[in-house]
Amino acid sequence: MTKEESKNGSDDMLIDGPKQGNVIPDGFNPNYLKVYYGRLFPHADIFKWMSYGNDGRHPACDKSYFGRREFSFTLDNDIYLRFQSFNSESELENSIKEKCPSKIDIGPVYSVDPAKRHAYAQGGDNVFAPVERELIFDIDITDYDDVRYCCSGADVCLECWPLMTVAIKVIDTALRDDFGFDHILWVYSGRRGVHCWVCDGKARRLTNEQRGAIADYFRVYKGNENSNKKVSFPGPLHPFLVRSYTEVLREFFEEKLLLSQNLFSTEERYEKILSMIPDESVTSELRGKWQENRRSSNSKEDINFFRWEQLKNTLQSGKQKVVFVFPLTQKIVKSWIQLQYQPCLSFYGNLTREILEWMLIMNGRKPHLGNQLGFSDHHSCSLC
Amino acid sequence: MEIVRSQRSRTNTPNDSVSTLPLYRYAPQLEVRLEDFEVFAMDRLRVLKGISDALARGKRPEEMENLVRDLWKANMRHPEASEDVNKDIISHFVLRLVYCRTEDLRKWFLSMETALYRYRFLLGSSEAKRALMEEFDLPCKAISRTEFENAKEKLEQVARSFDQPLPTADAIFYKVPFEEVPELVAGRRVYIHKGHAYVAMHQVVSLVVTQFRSNLSKALILTNRKWTSTIREQEKDRLTPIVEALSMSYLGPDYSQTKEFGEISIKDLDQLARSSFPLCMRHLFDKLREDHHLKHGGRMQLGLFLKGVGLRMEDALAFWKAEFSHKVGAERFDKEYAYSIRHNYGKEGKRTDYTPYSCQKIISSTPGVGDHHGCPYRHFSEENLRAALGRMGVGSRAMEDVVDKVRNRHYQLACTLTFEAVHSSSCDAGINHPNQYFSDSHKILQPKVEIVI
Repeated sequence: MTKEESKNGSDDMLIDGPKQGNVIPDGFNPNYLKVYYGRLFPHADIFKWMSYGNDGRHPACDKSYFGRREFSFTLDNDIYLRFQSFNSESELENSIKEKCPSKIDIGPVYSVDPAKRHAYAQGGDNVFAPVERELIFDIDITDYDDVRYCCSGADVCLECWPLMTVAIKVIDTALRDDFGFDHILWVYSGRRGVHCWVCDGKARRLTNEQRGAIADYFRVYKGNENSNKKVSFPGPLHPFLVRSYTEVLREFFEEKLLLSQNLFSTEERYEKILSMIPDESVTSELRGKWQENRRSSNSKEDINFFRWEQLKNTLQSGKQKVVFVFPLTQKIVKSWIQLQYQPCLSFYGNLTREILEWMLIMNGRKPHLGNQLGFSDHHSCSLC
Repeated sequence: MEIVRSQRSRTNTPNDSVSTLPLYRYAPQLEVRLEDFEVFAMDRLRVLKGISDALARGKRPEEMENLVRDLWKANMRHPEASEDVNKDIISHFVLRLVYCRTEDLRKWFLSMETALYRYRFLLGSSEAKRALMEEFDLPCKAISRTEFENAKEKLEQVARSFDQPLPTADAIFYKVPFEEVPELVAGRRVYIHKGHAYVAMHQVVSLVVTQFRSNLSKALILTNRKWTSTIREQEKDRLTPIVEALSMSYLGPDYSQTKEFGEISIKDLDQLARSSFPLCMRHLFDKLREDHHLKHGGRMQLGLFLKGVGLRMEDALAFWKAEFSHKVGAERFDKEYAYSIRHNYGKEGKRTDYTPYSCQKIISSTPGVGDHHGCPYRHFSEENLRAALGRMGVGSRAMEDVVDKVRNRHYQLACTLTFEAVHSSSCDAGINHPNQYFSDSHKILQPKVEIVI
């Protein structure tokens, strides 16, 4: 029920409005949850998904599988219930409807039913330990605050959301082509980012070390405001970087981001970019040109595009093959300028190993599926 | 392995490998003198400790290779050359007993033995390498000519990206599931396609090492079980005292129990940060005061340090809450951050009492954008480091010495020099733990306070 709806059919639409008037309270109302879980929440689909085929009838099915999955509920009064487990779809559904959690988290699959965990020792042969967990990536738009001037914090708009799209394309391609994963779900996280769930059996059984390795495979820029901004990758690049550049990033940068974020339009902004170039002679030459021409003589061409071309030409004329990094983003997506025969700006999906590790162990922090109401349409999970 | 007192050792069976690099699959059927039991272990421990120090100082792989060769030669030679291999195997198995007993010990031993194995493998001949690969039974297959042709362009790109010579027509590549070579994947040192990594001959060490590590890790768990259930009791008059003594050497205190200087209260923190915190913790502390927030890596590094310093959990909660409230509000602090602080003190979840990070661990961390943890001597740019040292009161001459150490990647020595400059006194032991910096500093500064009183 949106505000529009309530205004247009206000007198008819009111179900249980307050006596004062025709005002439907804005924001969250616990009654909505009841309705949501009663009519909209896809209990059957979740059960089917989380069963990964073990809900069938053939002999290879592991009947205990679903029951070994941990769920956790956050209740209205901020009580956090861990180690909830269910042996059937109806148990799951009934518990959700009864408790009406404001958030549901999906944890790992353990070696035994979490409800029985106290019976098992921490060490020895019969352990209670996680055995399967989806590979999950969490990309947050705030990690791009460094390079978007249109919004900051939890705000997102049509100009900066494409940064997310680009990251998704890069990561998704690599997960499929390089790592051979097939069952990938991309979903809006409800606030300011996206989650990626890789559900292949191979992915679920990855160790912490292997997950960390995948994260590092994506990582390009290692650093922060304390370290040196100039990091160089001398010479040619790994096929993953080359593909990401040619297929996704160059076009996005030159045709969209450059202009929409006005990366070169003011001194403060172009200085950020110049600080990435290790060659002093290049930066001072460019600085000289740009400080004089506050408005480019060819005012038909956008100033950002014009200066970018100038930068490319100046770099190219320097005989060195300089590769340098332009840290546009924070943890998640790193970008770099690479000059070999032509400069390019690239963005990379990156993931911290912390996120991956705690996704496996669910160590008190919460990967959440719960907040957004419904699934995104654009997923390729073949179970749905 | 049978231990006998003061008898001449006799070898009954040869070791279990053709090449000189053993697999350590089974405890050897040998009789070992009790004295040798201890001496062999100490010699090997010297090698492992040498490796540990070198890794903490950030030595490059080429330097490590030479170091391992020298350390091995200096410590692991036996007067009778034919006994070299036995000393190798015996010392390894003795140290398994010593280092199986806690998770921290297992982790350290696993890392060092794996590093040792890696460099010894690299030092071997191609023939030895190939032979060892067969012994290990690895899940890899050499690729066919056709596969090579199809992947050639990508393989060349990878080689070029690391300044390696391009693969020749008869180069051998192994196709392996990417899960088997996590370190190669992490460093983008291999071409991967549809879940398979194409590993060059000179990279197979990664495969071997991964398998070695995995085997040893499992073996240590089993050894621990056997130790706890039978050996410790059986050997309480003979081996157990030796084993327990061996584990105390070289690793030093882990600062998980704070006994020395009692408790620290919140009001002391600002002053202590200025006088006695090492640079890494001071930076985190200052940033916390400034931003009223720290990201996870910083919270862990600083939080555990403060625990080691003597901050009680109730005070820690109050301290972090006071800071974070400015940024996220008291309620959100209670909901989202208090849990992990209690977790650090062992009051939640697994209830493990987490130990404060050593320099080695901090140096090898990877702070990203927005993070302030890590080791400033490693992770700061020279400019930022100089500024930070200046704020600590390091004079210009000392600063040059410190920066010089940093340029040579001796981060802990740099921190030691800083300590000496700030306290105007020498620190012979060298800094290898932030809590050690703090307690040494406290020892120097405290007497003055007592005199005043």
